[in-house]
Amino acid sequence: MTLSVRIIPCLDVTDGRVVKGVNFTNLVDAGDPVEMASLYNSEGADELTFLDISASVAGRETTLDVVRRTAEEVFIPLTVGGGIRSVEDVDRLLRAGADKVSINTSAIARPELIAEIADRFGSQVLVLSVDARRAKTESGFEVTTHGGRESAGLDALAWVEKACALGVGEILLNSMDADGTRAGYDIGMIKAVRAISRVPLIASGGAGSQEDFAAALDAGADALLAASIFHFGVHRIGDIKRYLDVAGYPVRKGASL
Amino acid sequence: MAIAILDYGSGNLRSALRAFEQSGSEVLLTSDYQIAVEADGLVVPGVGAFAACMQGLKSVKGDELVRERMARSRPTLGICVGMQILFAQGVEHGSHEGVGIWPNTVEKLTARVLPHMGWNSVDAAAGSELFKGVEGESFYFVHSYGVTEPLATTALQSWTDYEGRFLAAIEDGVISATQFHPEKSGSAGLHLIKNWIATL
Repeated sequence: MTLSVRIIPCLDVTDGRVVKGVNFTNLVDAGDPVEMASLYNSEGADELTFLDISASVAGRETTLDVVRRTAEEVFIPLTVGGGIRSVEDVDRLLRAGADKVSINTSAIARPELIAEIADRFGSQVLVLSVDARRAKTESGFEVTTHGGRESAGLDALAWVEKACALGVGEILLNSMDADGTRAGYDIGMIKAVRAISRVPLIASGGAGSQEDFAAALDAGADALLAASIFHFGVHRIGDIKRYLDVAGYPVRKGASL
Repeated sequence: MAIAILDYGSGNLRSALRAFEQSGSEVLLTSDYQIAVEADGLVVPGVGAFAACMQGLKSVKGDELVRERMARSRPTLGICVGMQILFAQGVEHGSHEGVGIWPNTVEKLTARVLPHMGWNSVDAAAGSELFKGVEGESFYFVHSYGVTEPLATTALQSWTDYEGRFLAAIEDGVISATQFHPEKSGSAGLHLIKNWIATL
């Protein structure tokens, strides 16, 4: 009996469709989110993440409907992020069928939001998404906004410590330097965050080869999130899990493995 | 066959509703005492902290409901915090009284990383009805508290390990409970739900 490592595909959703692109540009339609969620589930995904990149209120409403339809068909945990600014936003998503929400910019703007959400729904629903990059801050890592283009003026490790104290239940650590490169996760960053946090850590950004996944686990990640390598068919979830299984990591062996 | 899912607060009940519907049973969300007491099976879900969950449960007389169903030999299934509140006491954010079906205290797990979040396997009790056919499967857990001492009864007790063992499921006559979320545990979870419904 061992807790399995989790492989989590992330779907960028806007106006009811999954889009894929590189660094938020050249977005192309990649399909129906419910169908893709169902496909990833059948391939052995351990959780699913939707990132709502809709710019409009109407787009957000559509995402709620997508969450509803997904939760009715796919019986694995679903995290939804993007545009969450209040306890009410969280309530709507949970009622629609999300199990967890991830917050990022809104928590930087107003850190008390973390405590408000954790007090109402429990820490276990709340994922702190941190877009970090290497910089000349105290820890050597800083928090960014706007997809890594702007500095938030926060040291990444100091921010993680503060957010954990306020009550986040999990950290999604995105390396903005590694994002889209497929050159591997930022191992140093994962180790640094692991060393100061005692909540589950999801590594994101830079996954290219199967070895990259194992390296992130060795650095202390509990779960691995990836988007483009799954969407573009570079690797199948089942292949990654088989590789990790053979390499001795605990993976959930569903029907597909 | 009618199954009631007790609605006593916020959280994701939609998945639970649909997961139990997969079995082909008639399922409804309700906070109505009479409907819940008459149902063939009652599901007590639970998310959030122990005290908040217990408070929500009491607001719909859920504690009385569980005891009355027990007295009338009607099956109840507690899930996650819905399992924890069936114990006598929980220590999350201070000591709080539970429904008290079982005397143990729900304590904080001692693992380095909490919550215990993700898929873990279960050492199913011999003769378990719930785990029949899914004995070696993994289920989805998300919790920081649990019961680590065995129950001093004849109840079937299934265990999971996360840097120390804790009760993953209990089958005690008409009362069953799982620390994991069967409604979030993919096909293995749906199978377990069907197993429970088959006992009704």
